[in-house]
Amino acid sequence: MSHLIDVQDLRVSYHSGGRVTEAVRGVSFHLQPGETLAIVGESGSGKTTVASALLGLLPTTARIDGGRLAVAGQDISHASERSKQRLRGRVVGLVPQDPMVSLNPTLSIGKQIGESLLLRHGKRYPGLDADVLELLEQVGIDNPALRAGQYPHELSGGMRQRVLIAIALAGEPQLIIADEPTSALDVTVQKRILDHLEQLVRARGIALVIITHDLGVAADRADRVLVMRQGEVVESGIAREVFSAPSHAYTRDLLAAAPAFGATPKPVPVETRGAAPLLEFDAVGKRFALPRGQHFQALQDLSLAVYPGQTLAIVGESGSGKSTSLRIALGLEQPSSGRVRFAGQEIGGLGWKQFRPLRQRMQLVQQNPFAALDPRFSVYQSVVEPLVSFGLLKGRELEQAARQLMEQVQLPASYLDRLPRELSGGQRQRVAIARALALKPDLLLLDEPVSALDVSVQAQILDLLRELQAELGVAYVLVSHDLAVVASLAHQVVVLKQGQVVEQGEARQVLEQPRERYTRELLEAVPGRRLAVA
Amino acid sequence: MSRYLLGRIAQAALVLWGAYSITYLILYLLPGDPLSIMLSASGMEIDALSPEQLAKARAFYGLDQGLLERYVNLLLGVLQGDLGQSLTLNRPVTEILAERLPQTLALAGLAIVLSLIGGVGLAYLAAYVRWQPLKVFLARLPALGFSVPVFWMGLLLIQVFAFGLGWFPATGSVGFESLVLPAVTLAIPSAAVYAQVLQRGFIDVWREPYITTAFAKGLSRAQVQARHGLRNAALPLLTLIGLQVGNTVSGAVLVETIFARNGVGRLVQEAVLRQDIPLVLAVVTVSAAAFVLVNLLVDLLYPILDPRITHAPKVT
Amino acid sequence: MTVLQRLIPVAGDAAPWRPRRRLQRLFDQAGPLLRRPGFVVALILVLFTLVAALAPWLFTQVDPYATQPSAKLLPPSALHWFGTDELGRDLYTRVLYGARLSVEAALLAVGLALLSGLGLGIVSGFIGGRVDAVIMRIVDVLLALPGLLLALAIVTAIGFGTIPVAIAVGVGIIPGFARTTRAEVLRIKTLPYVEAARLGGASWTSTLLRHVLPNAWGPVAVLATLDIGAAILATAGLSFLGFGAEPPAAEWGTLIANGRHFLITAPWVSLLPGLFLVLVVFSLNHIARTFEEIQR
Repeated sequence: MSHLIDVQDLRVSYHSGGRVTEAVRGVSFHLQPGETLAIVGESGSGKTTVASALLGLLPTTARIDGGRLAVAGQDISHASERSKQRLRGRVVGLVPQDPMVSLNPTLSIGKQIGESLLLRHGKRYPGLDADVLELLEQVGIDNPALRAGQYPHELSGGMRQRVLIAIALAGEPQLIIADEPTSALDVTVQKRILDHLEQLVRARGIALVIITHDLGVAADRADRVLVMRQGEVVESGIAREVFSAPSHAYTRDLLAAAPAFGATPKPVPVETRGAAPLLEFDAVGKRFALPRGQHFQALQDLSLAVYPGQTLAIVGESGSGKSTSLRIALGLEQPSSGRVRFAGQEIGGLGWKQFRPLRQRMQLVQQNPFAALDPRFSVYQSVVEPLVSFGLLKGRELEQAARQLMEQVQLPASYLDRLPRELSGGQRQRVAIARALALKPDLLLLDEPVSALDVSVQAQILDLLRELQAELGVAYVLVSHDLAVVASLAHQVVVLKQGQVVEQGEARQVLEQPRERYTRELLEAVPGRRLAVA
Repeated sequence: MSRYLLGRIAQAALVLWGAYSITYLILYLLPGDPLSIMLSASGMEIDALSPEQLAKARAFYGLDQGLLERYVNLLLGVLQGDLGQSLTLNRPVTEILAERLPQTLALAGLAIVLSLIGGVGLAYLAAYVRWQPLKVFLARLPALGFSVPVFWMGLLLIQVFAFGLGWFPATGSVGFESLVLPAVTLAIPSAAVYAQVLQRGFIDVWREPYITTAFAKGLSRAQVQARHGLRNAALPLLTLIGLQVGNTVSGAVLVETIFARNGVGRLVQEAVLRQDIPLVLAVVTVSAAAFVLVNLLVDLLYPILDPRITHAPKVT
Repeated sequence: MTVLQRLIPVAGDAAPWRPRRRLQRLFDQAGPLLRRPGFVVALILVLFTLVAALAPWLFTQVDPYATQPSAKLLPPSALHWFGTDELGRDLYTRVLYGARLSVEAALLAVGLALLSGLGLGIVSGFIGGRVDAVIMRIVDVLLALPGLLLALAIVTAIGFGTIPVAIAVGVGIIPGFARTTRAEVLRIKTLPYVEAARLGGASWTSTLLRHVLPNAWGPVAVLATLDIGAAILATAGLSFLGFGAEPPAAEWGTLIANGRHFLITAPWVSLLPGLFLVLVVFSLNHIARTFEEIQR
């Protein structure tokens, strides 16, 4: 049986601004028709370059330096643009990464799917409209007749992803490349869509190549897996074998770092008997007024208590109200009903000026480390800014404090001179944490603190947060959609869905013996459970 | 939708009123005695008049009224279509404008069409061509376009095409041939702006993920550029056209002067030289009205081109 | 840290390094700029014009007002680089002396617009709400008045000359600055690091001065450079129409206007000063665009 994809010793490099970067260094693999292959790697591993090369869509700065890249028997490493174009859509299809930006905003859905069909069947294809409707139905979109005339911005993220799948299927390809199919959507939505994609692909005998950084996805869905690191294939084989008995050290590291599989350390238990809660929500509700007299209920009847030195995690998907609850705790929003108390003091109705003294005791670590630091401030300036704002320290003492903070977050003091753009994502997040700790707060609020980082870096930051809590006795309120992250830090968990509490209690109980169906759905949707449980 | 329409029209009227008022303030309020300015515009010296004659003159020009009173009277007059009396030409301004406006409109109209064709064509070419040196040259051309003063360009074109080659007349308002050179001159700065914005738009759009999706379907480069690139890159052009009305009007003043055409542009230049206040006020108001009108149209057309813009607030 | 390090004060660690690093960073940024040939040429031309504006006698010994009827309307030659005008005056010298007036007018115009526009934009973007709406309406009104016509109205009212022309042009440029500044302020105001600063106890004033303004000035600087070119063109336009300085002093626009009458016989009288103007404005545009590119 001839291979659908046959890659031998592929070498790709990027040439820009006088610099040459080798992205792919001698990668070899093959793919049979109907097979599902996962290419796993972190950023910089070269997996995206391989995907682009398979589609014949390498940027002009890239050059194929050597090796053979054959798709459906045709070597495309040095083929003309026209032959590559003929393969695209008809032999190789693409389901792109971010559905929110991968559709043309000014063309209707029907037209965009129609384009693929026309390329497949010719300009005058009589069955165009009927086929569009059928495809929409097959990918699970409700009311196809209505949706076909709508524009991308009128559809949700999940629906847009389904449309992209329809576009890929319309070309009747032999192979579909799914680029990071799980990063942009909620966990439960992702699961449903991927299940559906898997079904469609198997029914038509289409081979599937999944490009991902998420080991769980690879474990769940792939027949074979390829692990890449810095342009080279580090390990390859049948998925089950690779994950249960990895032979390469890097694969083992990846598995250890992945929260779903790894032996994630559990949070250090904290004694709370008799202590007064640090932060308390008492039947808090929040209602936003919309134009034309409408309302949006972001939170309803939320009650929770955070004890000193403990971590409370608020879990939910988008629209659950978890960010709103954080903003209420910080005083950035006022609750519409109920009361909020910090260290016994009512903070629900406080103005900015009145709230200000409390800011020394509660601080925020934001989600996006790339925008959380002023690009013009050196690390030193960023880290000491809260101290300067409150006028607490000056001169020598300020520098001393800065050095201490860097030590706490395990960054060398020499980094104080650097600018954010000279730091990696993980390093920037450490700086953000250092800044939050500058005022020695009792409570740290963390908004998706690791979601923008690579898997191995995530584990490092979570370790750091755990150590800091044990060392400094800081309480955390952690907001996340990622249950694995929650499991490694939380003592208490609150599960939110569309503003309402679905379940809450001790972490161990909620995560291991959930009572509610939604919680179970969330847990099952975490990729990697299939293999981990097996 | 109609509520939005009414709102936009009201806003446009407000802006127009504001423009009129500011111009009124500038002309009647700034240093210099309006009376002496107006008298000298009419050919009389303020010192040569007796006190009764001065009082009569003041009443004639409406300068004996209070500031607010005069303003309200003038405004009411405008709303009824009476733009006052020209001091230098001694005729109702409305009459003068009616005579000269068609010329300017023809010039501006042709210029706008030429600038769109030129600007869009240049940008499209620059995006399509793959040979680097030509591509870079085409990309730099717009910058040259708006570094050139309109009046100098006109002189250059006259030198080459009228005196040198003799293809077109150098001056005059008669016939279509006399419209060509002025229109081309006027079109160049706008074309440069359109070309540059569109070029930038192409570059930005080309980086968008939906372009990758389009390529992945199997479309050729030309198809992707036309169907996905141009549609999205051209959106900001519409707003620009609205804004360029102002530049076109300004340019018309200079172009008509150089090519000695009988339009509103040259009219206003002479009016300013002789400090004919009512005429200047009228011309500025009419231009502001044109600007406001065109931008209103653009605002209303926008949702048709960009389905993301609707006029109803949405709940997300 | 080792015990030894703890005992010996290592205050020198963070403080003395910082100032040097910032200067160092500035030099690092300037380096690649100077390696672009286009940028360097443009910069030299602009600097030449600036120096000529301040001290034209450095580049020419001829008196710009010295008429020499016998040498009228001579084409460019080794003696008269740009030729002579209808009164026998050396055009090259006239252009250099005109630079003073033109550049002065342009800088005045942009300075006026920058201060007003920046102020309006910051107030509008920062305070928001009603104030924002009112200021933006005023800006809309200014935009509705075509630049040249607004300038003409102002000149009608306050008289002719270089300074009135500068003020007139300046007022017309204000909307651009106001809008750009406002857009930048709005963008930065919502960025996480501004929120972090506020949560860290910073006041609005300190946030404005330390975070918003330094990050907003990029596009404004680009616009300012572009607008100097635009102001030069606009003031030239006004002086071309006859509203500039009194003769025999001449801005570039007036020079070009004078030469109009001799277009057939002596085209260089209009065309060469104009060419010089084009090169200066083009250089400014190039510099502005280079700034913008390195910011991206």
